[in-house]
Amino acid sequence: MAAERLKDHSKESRTFKIRAVLAFIVVVVMLCVLIGRLYYLQVVEHDRYSAMSEDNRVQLQPVPPTRGLIYDRNGVLLADNRPSYSVTILKEEVKDLDQILAQLQTLIPITEREIKRFKKRLRQRRRPFESVPVRFRLTEDEIAKISVNYHRLPGVRVEAELIRYYPYGESLVHAMGYVGRINEKELKRVEPTNYSATHYIGKLGIEKFYEDQLHGEVGFQKVETNARGRVMRVLERSDPRPGSDIVLHLDLRLQQITEKLLAGRRASVVAIDPKTGGILTMVSTPAYDPNLFVTGISYKNYNALRESPDLPLFNRAIRGRYPPGSTIKPIVALSAIDSGIVKPSYTIFDPGWYTLTQGGRKYRDWKKTGHGRVDMYDSIAQSCDTWFYDVAHKMGVDPMSKYLGMFGFGQVTSLDLPEALGAILPSKEWKKRARKAPWYTGDSLNMSIGQGFFVATPLQLAAATAVIANRGEWIAPRMLKGTKKIDDAGAEVLVDPVFSSAKLPPSDVILNNDKHWNDIIKGMRDVMHSKSGTARRSGANSEYEIAGKTGTAQVVGIKQDEVYDAEKLAEIHRDHALFVAFAPVDDPQIALAVIVENGGGGSTTAAPIARKVMDAYLLGKDLSPEEAANE
Amino acid sequence: MNSREFERYMPEAHDHLRQRPSLWSYTRLDGWLLILLILLCGFGLFILYSASGQDIGYVSRQAIRMGAGFVVMIFLAQLTPRILGRWAPWLYVLGIGLLVCVILFGVGAKGAQRWIALPGFRFQPSEIMKLVLPLTVAFYLAHRPLPPRFKHIVISLVLIGMPTVLIMKQPDLGTSLLIAASGIFVLLLSGILWRYIFTALGLAAAALPGLWAVMKDYQKQRVLTFLDPESDPLGSGWNIIQSKTAIGSGGIDGKGWLSGTQSQLDFLPESHTDFIIAVVAEELGFIGVLVLLTLYLLIIARGLVIAARAPDSFGRLLAGSLILTFFVYVFVNIGMVSGLLPVVGVPLPLVSYGGTSIVTLMAGFGMIMSVHSYRTMLLK
Repeated sequence: MAAERLKDHSKESRTFKIRAVLAFIVVVVMLCVLIGRLYYLQVVEHDRYSAMSEDNRVQLQPVPPTRGLIYDRNGVLLADNRPSYSVTILKEEVKDLDQILAQLQTLIPITEREIKRFKKRLRQRRRPFESVPVRFRLTEDEIAKISVNYHRLPGVRVEAELIRYYPYGESLVHAMGYVGRINEKELKRVEPTNYSATHYIGKLGIEKFYEDQLHGEVGFQKVETNARGRVMRVLERSDPRPGSDIVLHLDLRLQQITEKLLAGRRASVVAIDPKTGGILTMVSTPAYDPNLFVTGISYKNYNALRESPDLPLFNRAIRGRYPPGSTIKPIVALSAIDSGIVKPSYTIFDPGWYTLTQGGRKYRDWKKTGHGRVDMYDSIAQSCDTWFYDVAHKMGVDPMSKYLGMFGFGQVTSLDLPEALGAILPSKEWKKRARKAPWYTGDSLNMSIGQGFFVATPLQLAAATAVIANRGEWIAPRMLKGTKKIDDAGAEVLVDPVFSSAKLPPSDVILNNDKHWNDIIKGMRDVMHSKSGTARRSGANSEYEIAGKTGTAQVVGIKQDEVYDAEKLAEIHRDHALFVAFAPVDDPQIALAVIVENGGGGSTTAAPIARKVMDAYLLGKDLSPEEAANE
Repeated sequence: MNSREFERYMPEAHDHLRQRPSLWSYTRLDGWLLILLILLCGFGLFILYSASGQDIGYVSRQAIRMGAGFVVMIFLAQLTPRILGRWAPWLYVLGIGLLVCVILFGVGAKGAQRWIALPGFRFQPSEIMKLVLPLTVAFYLAHRPLPPRFKHIVISLVLIGMPTVLIMKQPDLGTSLLIAASGIFVLLLSGILWRYIFTALGLAAAALPGLWAVMKDYQKQRVLTFLDPESDPLGSGWNIIQSKTAIGSGGIDGKGWLSGTQSQLDFLPESHTDFIIAVVAEELGFIGVLVLLTLYLLIIARGLVIAARAPDSFGRLLAGSLILTFFVYVFVNIGMVSGLLPVVGVPLPLVSYGGTSIVTLMAGFGMIMSVHSYRTMLLK
């Protein structure tokens, strides 16, 4: 071959060796470039990349504190935390959200509304790699169905969390309120770090008012996660501080007895221990199950509650504004005698009506035939309206407004019931401001029997009765008895609550003559224990002395000369039955107010209920089997 | 060629002439290269166990492939380079044919057709071309006077260009450039004149914008991501950021075998295949990488020594170009994982998990050993 002959083997070999050496040098230089690069990354920039790697791997996760428990005065658990299973989705692991949701729906029932809520929660997610619940309260069966399909459902998990449970359901909802899932607005209000892992917040009542104590402090754990956010192990943990357990003055037994007594009625009872101001029972019926609200109530259930004509969502005890009727007569009498307008012995003849001027409008007494000759004691015992018309005419509105104000009407005096209303205590200034009208004498007459513009809540009536029981000493009504703490010795102690000074109760009621307390209390005692007392049947055969006052508040105004006929009136136009009382008279341990909407007469409907509540509390009496069976 | 002349060119061969043929000469294997390759494979399996998430299944499958690779290597080592050369043109034609088939009937993934599916198995014809192209160009040039004339250079470039373009069409830019490189190494080692080399470099620089124009979108994306990985930290920049983080966080002595958080917690993508060097760097540190690079350097050095000692141009060019191509794989892989080069799908030779590339590489070493044993045979 010609080409072959031209080849110079030794020259070719020499050339190759030169090139090979050159190639080797280039190889070494390029390897040095790589080594330089790696040296730069691994030695020079090591700290930066170490930090990046740690950021990748280590996540700081907040750990929610366990919510404090709520006990009644006898140590009965009223609000518990129970494990509940929810199905959650970790968005980072899901490729097609709608497809996964559809797949889930084939396994367990999920409503469109729940999906809508889930998507809303997903948008409001507070940090990446936070799983978002789709449905709560899974049953064992549903958990099993999801678990066996885990492999087909990436990103889907069944998670357990402790959620609030109210073992006594609707018995306590109006007394305690409830917690629910925290919403965006509430998140803005709370301290974000402390709530970073919290999903529930007090929405109403005690749960809302004592949110700070009950919530506790968030803990943190450093966890190692993989690239898909799954926690591999916990590296470090600072435990959350659980919320404090709180004890209420509430007496569950009394609450349940009261609830039974009111069953089937639209009614409310508030009972206070006058010595401590502690609310022993606070019932508003009908009520509803707060457990429905914890994880979010369904449309159907909510609408049923909202549209019920009996207004179960309405907390009558602290928000129901009722004309107090005759129940405020002792205080009206007190304002007259203590301002020196009349003496307790002041006597009138009651023909059954009162007129301001000869032949003018007749202000009727509830007793058509009149009470005849009555003094103050008789007028309280028999609830004579005419005596009060006469006295109110004499004194005018100012002393009444002043004294009633001292007993807490027209203002919120309770310390820890955030939804409580102040209702209305009329006065000249009030009418001018609110109604843009002058005060008429007729207004005074109406006010003296607790009608007209005057409205008060059951809680206000009970509190005012407690002030009478305490002979003027104001101890503001409260729910909280104390907070459980572990002292240095390791023993559980109850720490007295500290209420903010902004909500101090009104100053004590100081009378011009202290003896006047005896006068009105005698009147109230006569209501229960005298021959002509309006509630003598409810006071009969009692082992302790009761001071009480009945009230019957008109719902519809009765026209001139028209006879009130309870039978004819539709039930919702019937009078409200009211009753206030405290007992025992010489050492008051309970003061209470009873209101039964459209219940008719205070003496026939409200007073017997009050007697049974007092018997239950003071004597430990239980209900008769028939009453207990009441639902 | 008399023995005096022989000694003049290869002084060290003198000893061999007087020695009895060693055990190695019977096996026709190069002992140094074999030991270094076994060490490298061992290192590869060791790190693969960790990189695969401690899955012994991966390790055993990889070990089986390596065993197959060694069998192929030992087989090819038994052949003389002359036989290899004779096969070259036919293999080349076959390879081109297969590449055309890929374009016509190939199956693929991620928008690229790279595979030929045959009943029972599928393979990438471009893998064959990695060996066949240097073999063919070496065969062609070895029979021409060297340094090659312009005409022979042009013909060589055509030989190189055909498979390069076909593979680029698949499209597989990385592999096509590596295959082109393997052919060009033959030209460079053949003693091609420097002025040609510089002219070519100038032309290549001028052609870069044109190359950009013909690149596919995903290829452009890779280059852009390479230039600025932080521009898309969760998308295409993720890989490179995570691999740099893995490497950098390893430090000098590493986080320890099986303890690399980036690789064990799945932050590092492709940790058992293309990005396995990041696992080495993270778990064994800078020291571990140096050990690995030293192994590679020794293998390359040994390969170049075998090439330099080959008795004829064909053997020299073949062994030299194969070993330099081997180095290019190492460089491109580590360069890409450490963020020096754009991400192209190049595995780390004999360490990355993967089928055909291991067998191809071992076949290449078989050819190098064939060149080595041919020389020993001549010496006998």
